[in-house]
Amino acid sequence: MERSFVAKNPSVLVFLAILSLFTLGVTVLSEGFGIGVISTSFVKTLGKTLCLCLIAVAMDLVWGFTGILSLGHFAFFGLGGYMIGMWLMYERTRLIVVESLSQADIPPTSAEVVDAIGTQIFGVVGSSEFPLIWAFSDSLFLQLALVVLVPGLLALIFGWLAFRSRVTGVYLSILTQAMTLALALYLFQNDSGMRGNNGLSGLQNLPGVTASQDLVSIWFLWASALALGLGYMLAAWIVAGKFGSVIRGIRDNEARVRFLGYSVENYKLAVFTLTACIAAIAGALYYPQAGIINPEEMAPIASIYLAVWVAIGGRGRLYGAVIGAAFVSLLSTWFTGGQAPDIPLGFYTIKWVDWWQVLLGVSFVLVTLFAPKGIGGLFDLWTNHRAPQRYGAPLGPDESALREMEALE
Amino acid sequence: MPALPPKTLGFHHMLRLFLAGLAILCAYLTANAQEAGLQPILQEHQEIIAKSSRKTIGPAIDAIASSGLPQAQVMLETWAAKDVWMRKSDGLFFAGKKVEGRSYELTDFDTGEVVGIFEKSNLKQLKPNSGIRAMIGTALVQYQLTDPDRARRLAALQSIQRDPERALLEPLRASIADEADADLKAHKQRLERLLTIGYDEDTAARVAAIEQMSDDLGVDVRGALNPLIATTRQAAPELPSNVNIAAVLEPGSSDLTRDEAYDLLVTGNLAPPRLSRDDIRTALAANIDGGRVGDIPLAQLNTDETRARAYVTLAEARVVPALVTEADINTALAEHVFIDTYTEPSPEVTAAAVQALEQIELKVGLNQTLDLTLDAISLASIYFLAAIGLAITFGVMGVINMAHGEFIMMGAYTGYVVQQFIPDHTLSIIVAIPMAFAVTFAMGVAMERLVIRWLYARPLETLLATFGISIALQQLAKNIFGTQARPLTAPGWLDGAWVLNDVVSISYIRIAIFVLATIFLGLFLYIMKRTRLGLEMRAVTQNPRMAGSMGINPGRVNMLTFGLGSGIAGIAGVAIGLFAKVTSDLGSDYIVQSFMTVVVGGVGNIWGALAGAGMIGFLQKGIEWMNPSNTLAAQTYMIIFIIIFIQFRPRGIIALKGRAAGD
Repeated sequence: MERSFVAKNPSVLVFLAILSLFTLGVTVLSEGFGIGVISTSFVKTLGKTLCLCLIAVAMDLVWGFTGILSLGHFAFFGLGGYMIGMWLMYERTRLIVVESLSQADIPPTSAEVVDAIGTQIFGVVGSSEFPLIWAFSDSLFLQLALVVLVPGLLALIFGWLAFRSRVTGVYLSILTQAMTLALALYLFQNDSGMRGNNGLSGLQNLPGVTASQDLVSIWFLWASALALGLGYMLAAWIVAGKFGSVIRGIRDNEARVRFLGYSVENYKLAVFTLTACIAAIAGALYYPQAGIINPEEMAPIASIYLAVWVAIGGRGRLYGAVIGAAFVSLLSTWFTGGQAPDIPLGFYTIKWVDWWQVLLGVSFVLVTLFAPKGIGGLFDLWTNHRAPQRYGAPLGPDESALREMEALE
Repeated sequence: MPALPPKTLGFHHMLRLFLAGLAILCAYLTANAQEAGLQPILQEHQEIIAKSSRKTIGPAIDAIASSGLPQAQVMLETWAAKDVWMRKSDGLFFAGKKVEGRSYELTDFDTGEVVGIFEKSNLKQLKPNSGIRAMIGTALVQYQLTDPDRARRLAALQSIQRDPERALLEPLRASIADEADADLKAHKQRLERLLTIGYDEDTAARVAAIEQMSDDLGVDVRGALNPLIATTRQAAPELPSNVNIAAVLEPGSSDLTRDEAYDLLVTGNLAPPRLSRDDIRTALAANIDGGRVGDIPLAQLNTDETRARAYVTLAEARVVPALVTEADINTALAEHVFIDTYTEPSPEVTAAAVQALEQIELKVGLNQTLDLTLDAISLASIYFLAAIGLAITFGVMGVINMAHGEFIMMGAYTGYVVQQFIPDHTLSIIVAIPMAFAVTFAMGVAMERLVIRWLYARPLETLLATFGISIALQQLAKNIFGTQARPLTAPGWLDGAWVLNDVVSISYIRIAIFVLATIFLGLFLYIMKRTRLGLEMRAVTQNPRMAGSMGINPGRVNMLTFGLGSGIAGIAGVAIGLFAKVTSDLGSDYIVQSFMTVVVGGVGNIWGALAGAGMIGFLQKGIEWMNPSNTLAAQTYMIIFIIIFIQFRPRGIIALKGRAAGD
């Protein structure tokens, strides 16, 4: 008999339990529903962090398990945010416009309402016409579908082009980075139809909702936690099955998996597209909490930071990605927010706002060199699980042969 | 174009005879005046000079200017400077100079002798207004054009060039023959042609001048020709006969849409204006009657269709003007002609101008292509320079160094720091280049020894580790040098540009970068093909273990190779810093393009990097040329093109074959 999925992966249950406890705890301590120990802005930070954990899970799936170092997943994250942002902005502006036009003597025609919304939204870029890509922005349902469809389709096309021409390794990383840069540069233009570098703003106000931000922030925290839980389970289920074995095989030796008769390109494409969709959902939940999205968010550097989180947390284990994203992004908020105490050295005072990036960069190098398993590796110490030392020159014909240090043991 | 009727020619002939006669008369009068001096001429026009009105002063200035007297120039200059005074007792004019209190010392223009000192109450100052001063200035030009001082003649020419005027044509022509300086003579002749095009009375002379200038690329020539073919668009009931028609337009064609045509009729008061949606809404709002407009309840007026019905009802009740229907528009358009007319009345001149401009445009187009090519080459050499270090570290060694951009930045900052100690710009650049190489070489060697050496088997992790170094270095630069841009000033002899003509020019800095890129290409080829280090590098790259067994130390060679690549990035940084702003994100602006250059060109081959840089440079300039307003779009399309290009040539333009390819 096959054991059940949960029985095989007890870590999923542990993760879900911790996540539920965390959500419950924040809810009880929040201003909206609880005793008000945690401020609303910090609840938002926590909700955003959960979204970042979700995209880190996606990144782990595509990088830690499949071996594709994608430097483009933040582009999908941003696209998801843009898609939901279009509806939020359209609908909210529509309510305002209808309210103000109802003061007029003659009721407005629907064309007049749309024109007025266009002027409101695109006035900042000197236009008043709705571009074609806003065609569905009046419908929440369609726009929600686009959250998944647009990044998914982009990932599908890009992945198909890249994988079929066997672009692998660092080349693929550079190519995904170029894609991200192209997308960000495109959105920076005023006539791209996304308000150029102004981006979409006012997203924290849900149209038609009169509840205060204290409550809304908790709702989004719940939604983010739910999405993270579901995403984590999905990812755990994928990597636990045969599919998971194949993608790990691709990571370790792509040519060998291909010779075994697997269609490597299709597996990679499936993982790349799926993770793009997960990233987009994470983005769609993130930006209403952030309140504003602009092309700056999609700059190539953001995707590299994503890789940094996953690497520090520990690649190839899903909880590692979550830990890395939560740890580094919260620490980053703490350091750059000016809350960390300065260190006076007598001749110079280390201000963390200035030095945090240096610390991050250096510690990242150290983690890559000395602790390739990241923070997640600590769990191995705890469970007494040891991996072979793979340093030294390979003894066999290629990289997967035993290494000198391995053979010594 | 109809030929001029012979009658007009005859008239011109007669006019010339008359003018010739007048000239002789003038010469005679001038001869007389020379004996009498300037004062009699001034007295002849005493009243209008004293009155100083722009409208009537003309003849007086003309008379003074055409007197041919040397003192006339002095008098005009004094007049323009508001230093001419009239003695009230006899109405004579003198140059006045304030001596003390309210008294002035008067000097006679003709003799140059002091007449005496007079109280201000006995005098009247001439105060020419700006209009008159401009007329005086024009009259003075003829003196300046023949002035013995070359600088003043040049200044006069430049002032004519700035605002050409009809009145300047004759003095300019007259001054050409006696011009001794060859340069100035050419300048004068050219200016004379341009003024002829604009202002000569004689059509034939203008056409001849236009034809002469039709192979000149100067902006001023186009500036002189363009006003001649300026057109105005108008609507009329029928074709007017007395205007120079450029084109008759058909409403509904691509040149003139039906809407534009009707709007022309409306502006010409030939048709009633159409009502916009807003007009209709305003009209309806003005006629609300008990919650209804035109018998339609207000609540229903939320579609265009019901609004139109309500408006028609109002119009039938004659409360508002009737709507202009499509049929009305058709009739109105059919009843009128739409024409473009030249402002210039002479058809010969406009025809010649159109033809000349066509010729010039063709030449300008060819020259612009040349200019674009030069631009593209210069951009390509910048990319090449930024990528050549990568061609070594990434291309030859296969190490992906995300901190390459930061090495470029460090090179630029080294240049800046050197300039703080060595103020002489030429010397500082000469010092900065080896300094930048040394700094980044050391940095590269340190990085290779400490980090990259451990990661040769794990290329993706090299990418991440070097990225970590990159963000740390960027932030360090920010902490040390601040976020504002630091100047790295080019030496004076690199200022300016090499100007071929008005269209084609290229700045000396860009030429210098091109030269630098060429030198590096040669240096790279020399090191790789002709030196021991190059040989060892190639051996270690192809098979480190075999190379090791041949007595080469792969560790040492890798270190030196990486150091060399980094050092070249530092020199590239000095060159880039000369024209770009030196900031801490200088490197990240170039990193993606540099990798693209290497990947597109083909890894492991310097010619590949060259081809890649060339392709990206030309592509980017080409796209920018098609859409000049939007450089962001150019970069976007270029990256998309590269992604697609990689599909067809995954190994780049110049792909290594066989064992060298590594798999």
